[in-house]
Amino acid sequence: MDFYSYLIIASISSGTPLLFAVLGGILSERSGVIFLGTEGTMLIGAVVSCLTFAGTGSMLLSVLASLAAAGGIGLAHAFLCVTLRANQIVSGLALTLFGTGLSAYLGKPVAGAALAVTVPRLSMPWLEKIPFAGAIFSNLDVFIWISFGLVAVLYLYIYKTSWGLHLRAIGDSPATSDAMGLRVGLTRYLHVIGGAMLMGLAGCYLIMVYSPNWMEGMTSGRGWIAIALIILAAWNPLYALGGAYLFGGLDALGFRLQLMEIGIPSYFLKMLPYLVTIVVLMIVGWRGRHVPSPEPKSLGSAYVREQRS
Amino acid sequence: MKNVSKKIAAVALSLMMLFIAACSQASAPAASTSPSSSPSPSEEAGVGEASPEAGKELPKVAFVYIGVPGDGGWTYEHDKGRQMVEDTFGIKATVVENVPEGPDAERVFEELARENDIIFGTSFGYMDAMVNVAGKYPDVKFMHATGYKTLPNLATYQGKGYQPGYLAGLAAGKLTKNNKIGYVGAFPIPEVIYTINAFTLAAQSVNPDVEVSVIWSNTWFDPATERQAAITLLDQGVDVLANYQDSPAGIQAAQERGVWGMGNDSDMNRYAPETYVTNPVLNWGPYYVEVIQDLIDGVWESHSYYGGLKESMVDLAPFGKNVPQEVQELVNSAKTDILEEKLQVFAGPVYDQAGELKVAEGDYLKQEDILMMDYFVKGIKGTIPK
Repeated sequence: MDFYSYLIIASISSGTPLLFAVLGGILSERSGVIFLGTEGTMLIGAVVSCLTFAGTGSMLLSVLASLAAAGGIGLAHAFLCVTLRANQIVSGLALTLFGTGLSAYLGKPVAGAALAVTVPRLSMPWLEKIPFAGAIFSNLDVFIWISFGLVAVLYLYIYKTSWGLHLRAIGDSPATSDAMGLRVGLTRYLHVIGGAMLMGLAGCYLIMVYSPNWMEGMTSGRGWIAIALIILAAWNPLYALGGAYLFGGLDALGFRLQLMEIGIPSYFLKMLPYLVTIVVLMIVGWRGRHVPSPEPKSLGSAYVREQRS
Repeated sequence: MKNVSKKIAAVALSLMMLFIAACSQASAPAASTSPSSSPSPSEEAGVGEASPEAGKELPKVAFVYIGVPGDGGWTYEHDKGRQMVEDTFGIKATVVENVPEGPDAERVFEELARENDIIFGTSFGYMDAMVNVAGKYPDVKFMHATGYKTLPNLATYQGKGYQPGYLAGLAAGKLTKNNKIGYVGAFPIPEVIYTINAFTLAAQSVNPDVEVSVIWSNTWFDPATERQAAITLLDQGVDVLANYQDSPAGIQAAQERGVWGMGNDSDMNRYAPETYVTNPVLNWGPYYVEVIQDLIDGVWESHSYYGGLKESMVDLAPFGKNVPQEVQELVNSAKTDILEEKLQVFAGPVYDQAGELKVAEGDYLKQEDILMMDYFVKGIKGTIPK
């Protein structure tokens, strides 16, 4: 394989945790609830899957446990924001701080210990015969295929089904949807919990594939990048795929540029993903200043029946 | 509510900046007294005479770690030294884990200085924090690993990592088939630079065509980043991968590709038994016991201590099960030569990357010159950020 196939594989591999987290964020925000607890939820997902794997040695159980734990965080967020109508931004930040601290505490017994985990790769002989792309496809693990599937399913769900139409309606105008007979509260609950579960899966991926050792704060800011990516992706799962791999690619490119001896300090390369986030947000904001924003119109506000918004 | 997305963007951005600024300070380090239920008497061999003497007050000892003892590398070895101190003197040391190098470190050292008689700081980046705090607390002794600044109450100590680094390089030079060796370095500081240089010189001595590619990860302990750096080198086709890192993430990545792997600080065999070669290991315990004994006897003095193979502060980990016998014999005979001072690691001629002669033929670098190394030797592919 050549430089580019390796770079693409590395980009996909480091973009996948971002992709899971962005898809989770899109689900939640499409229903009108901002979820800033991504970083904490990912950490909880990671530590729970690490603990479960250390205890049981079963990958399936680890994945399920991280989904359940992250779903619990989502439930707390939904309860605060939908039932109690708390400020969504404050609740999300609180959950991030909570998740960071709790995961560090829970992770003490397994900190640094390497797990003997190998994630199976799917073997698809007919795919591997494709020139260039075949070599890439044969190097992808199960989680990456799941993420491909999720992108497709979520895209079809949001844009091509009546449930997705209802979801978008609730995100844009909960009052109208309520008058139509849609169940605003329930929909928000389900999507916030589902979104949090995907963020937990992102954390689980970090542990199962990316680096099989638990470490405090091991997400190192990926949750915040995912939140910026939601806006960059215009709440569309397909764009999320591109955005996540762009950032994964920058991450992977950093070390490769070091090897080319072109004299860029490694500190600058490490900064690159964050710099690109800032630049992209500026460009998106500038270009979108005259057109209607693609964001769900009710995003950030709690819905109270019969109250003017 | 039209501008919510801009608000979110602003909040997310400011948080991200906050995060970058705070970097690894994501959670405040929690001070904890280490458990006493982990003695391992077998490690005490050879220090039996250092038992507590009646009538003398035992010092209060504190350790500050950059990572966690579970890292299986750097901090793990310091923690083994801490256990040996506890077992020898029957005391309990205070341990603070995960202390980032930066302003937080100074606060941690200052808090510990109020309560303790001697404090061990086990990372290079604590240097200035320790110098500051040592100036404020002249009665407290400070022990700084791998630094170069001393005060009347601040001593430094360090293993001669270039000696086992050289031995590891011999093995790497023998094992490589395509003459491409990868090296993941943590930070471009002398300790790492001279170890990579020694490694390269050794590999060249048995295999003149060898090329060592170096990548800086800019972290001591971050398994995800270490792995990413390792994979970058593996993608370049290296067939031996060495890591100057605290975690075994790099050698785990190497094993997945069936590539020889070398770690650092501690015997990492168990993380990649099939492809593990060996690596430099550190052994702090006997020195820590000696320092505490000096303190108890009232003869502690500031010093800069460099322990080599001879003092057994550094050594080479046992070879992995698949390393050929001839390689093991070659390395072992070189080890004997170093012990008998027949072999100098930085013996001339040594050229830097630009081809400039740094050490003349027949000459060799002394300890103080080795500590000042700020260049890579010829044959290394990579740069030292200035």
